Amino acid sequence: MTRIDAKFAALKAEGKKAFVAYIMAGDPDQAKSFEVMQGMPAAGVDVIELGVPFTDPMADGETIQLAGQRALEGGQTLQKTLDMATEFRKTDDTTPIVLMGYYNPIYNRGVEQFLVDAQAAGIDGLIVVDLPPEEDEELCIPAQAAGMNFIRLATPTTDAKRLPKVLTNASGFVYYVSITGITGAAEAQADMVAPEVNRIKASTDLPIIVGFGVKTPETTQAIAGIADGCVVGSAIVNQIAEGKPVADILSFVKSLSDGAHRA
Amino acid sequence: MNNLFNSFMTGPDEKGRFGKFGGRFVSETLMPLILSLEEEYERAKTDDSFWDEMNDLWTHYVGRPSPLYYANRLTEHLGGAKIYLKRDELNHTGAHKINNVLGQIILARRMGKTRIIAETGAGQHGVATATVCAKFGLKCVVYMGAHDVERQAPNVFRMRLLGAEVVAVTSGRGTLKDAMNDALRDWVTNVRDTFYCIGTVAGPHPYPAMVRDFQSIIGKEVREQLAEQEGEGRLPDTLIAAIGGGSNAMGLFYPFLDDKSVRMIGVEAGGKGVNDKMEHCASLTGGRPGVLHGNLTYLLQDDDGQILEGYSISAGLDYPGIGPEHSWLHDIGRAEYVSITDKEALEAFQLSCSTEGIIPALEPSHALAHVMKIAPDLPADHIIVMNMCGRGDKDIFTVAKYLGVEINAGG
Repeated sequence: MTRIDAKFAALKAEGKKAFVAYIMAGDPDQAKSFEVMQGMPAAGVDVIELGVPFTDPMADGETIQLAGQRALEGGQTLQKTLDMATEFRKTDDTTPIVLMGYYNPIYNRGVEQFLVDAQAAGIDGLIVVDLPPEEDEELCIPAQAAGMNFIRLATPTTDAKRLPKVLTNASGFVYYVSITGITGAAEAQADMVAPEVNRIKASTDLPIIVGFGVKTPETTQAIAGIADGCVVGSAIVNQIAEGKPVADILSFVKSLSDGAHRA
Repeated sequence: MNNLFNSFMTGPDEKGRFGKFGGRFVSETLMPLILSLEEEYERAKTDDSFWDEMNDLWTHYVGRPSPLYYANRLTEHLGGAKIYLKRDELNHTGAHKINNVLGQIILARRMGKTRIIAETGAGQHGVATATVCAKFGLKCVVYMGAHDVERQAPNVFRMRLLGAEVVAVTSGRGTLKDAMNDALRDWVTNVRDTFYCIGTVAGPHPYPAMVRDFQSIIGKEVREQLAEQEGEGRLPDTLIAAIGGGSNAMGLFYPFLDDKSVRMIGVEAGGKGVNDKMEHCASLTGGRPGVLHGNLTYLLQDDDGQILEGYSISAGLDYPGIGPEHSWLHDIGRAEYVSITDKEALEAFQLSCSTEGIIPALEPSHALAHVMKIAPDLPADHIIVMNMCGRGDKDIFTVAKYLGVEINAGG
């Protein structure tokens, strides 16, 4: 059982929805992104998604892309991102950390070496945007074998015929992408998303977490209400981009998590 | 052991791999789209009506077959191998790009798609796509790096004349790879009505195989034309083509892959020299395997797996990756890959103008520069076929600048 599985079991026991928050590692610099990360559990974040910067984030909108550029300009690397997790684990051994990014930096390191290093750093799960089920042999299967969760994305184009393929080898939770589009796009509509979530729920016992287009305390409440939880990324990254102090960023995060936890 | 002939032409496998290269590294949203494209392409491939339509347009709209021309003065000048030029620069829109675009647009129409998107570097693929979209009355959006929009202004104007919307991409560094990122972002957003027309033998399966198949008309024609001119059964000894993503080279090479006597050389853009300052775009000579834009292939990247920008005087070769089938042919040694610098390409450009009266694009000028290197040492009965894949009208401003000549586009 990973920290992710344990967290969802605990939330379920309390009857609470999950709030998942994303930041880009190293944005705007290593010190500040670490401070935000460290403050997240107290701000009500149940699962931390730590973005691994990549030069060519083809599924992300401008907000995340610019965050990645800021991080890379500041010298962020895959190793430094793992180091952030190692540092975080010194004071927090329960909050799950999911790495989210693209395959090339991992491929470049070598899958075997990466999995050893990621586990040593206390990473619990992986979301790799450009690895669909068709490429499971690359990383998904080795990661599961190493005891790490491989979190699958399901989207509005994942039809009934395809859904079983997406759910095979899925673990941790299912990340439902609320819209066809990129991160930071139009606001997700709970009434539109609900039937989709139910469709997936009928086929799996894994928690369904909805992301893309979730940006305010109102939407975190509405979206978490029709699923097992929700993810906010771009809206938090925007606060970082605007240069807000850490305390303000975390109080915004708190307002989002309060929304989700009210659901 | 079996003694069956081991064919090089059977790739990719059912997972879209050429050896370990290729694959389908796309987000889940796009996965159903590329699966349905694959399905439609497999159907079309064996459908006579599809090829009838292609052949009709190739003949009457594009002007195929393009001539295979014996370059006698160039041959004399270099004093060695006999040099033929495959004249794909004479195609409608001035390059080989339209061979592939026609195929993809006919597929898009069969799939009921009404909106076409494309990425472009130098603008040749964008112009070809805008052209075919105009012909069929389809909406066309072309993504082009802001930097390229600036240095390829005539092609931007052509695309707009043809009714396309040209989007200047400023994300990332505003180059061809960023244009491809933005095209993918568009596709992931407009999944129902949009067809992504990729301009080279790269991207997720089935694009590398599909684009290769459409471009293979080049090599098929060369085989027939050379037999006509040199006698039945005479094969070329050496094939040479320039490589950015590698579609014109794949189109020339593919029909000859199983003819073991035929040597194949792909010429990458060496820019200012293949060095660790990355002032080149020689992915095979100066890169290593990685994953970008849907496929596993050789890439220019740093120690952390971040993608680097290439550099070349030729905007059409300025891409940090290469088609996965080339990566495979490179690794198994079936084709050779070399690089040519800006300076060498510019010398070849001028030689083509003065000896053959052909103003070549900067891309095939790279191929010609390699011909200049090897032809003199080869015997007179050695036949080289080089793909003259594009004409140089678009490049005269770049060349003039290099030669220190001021020309005024306004005339």
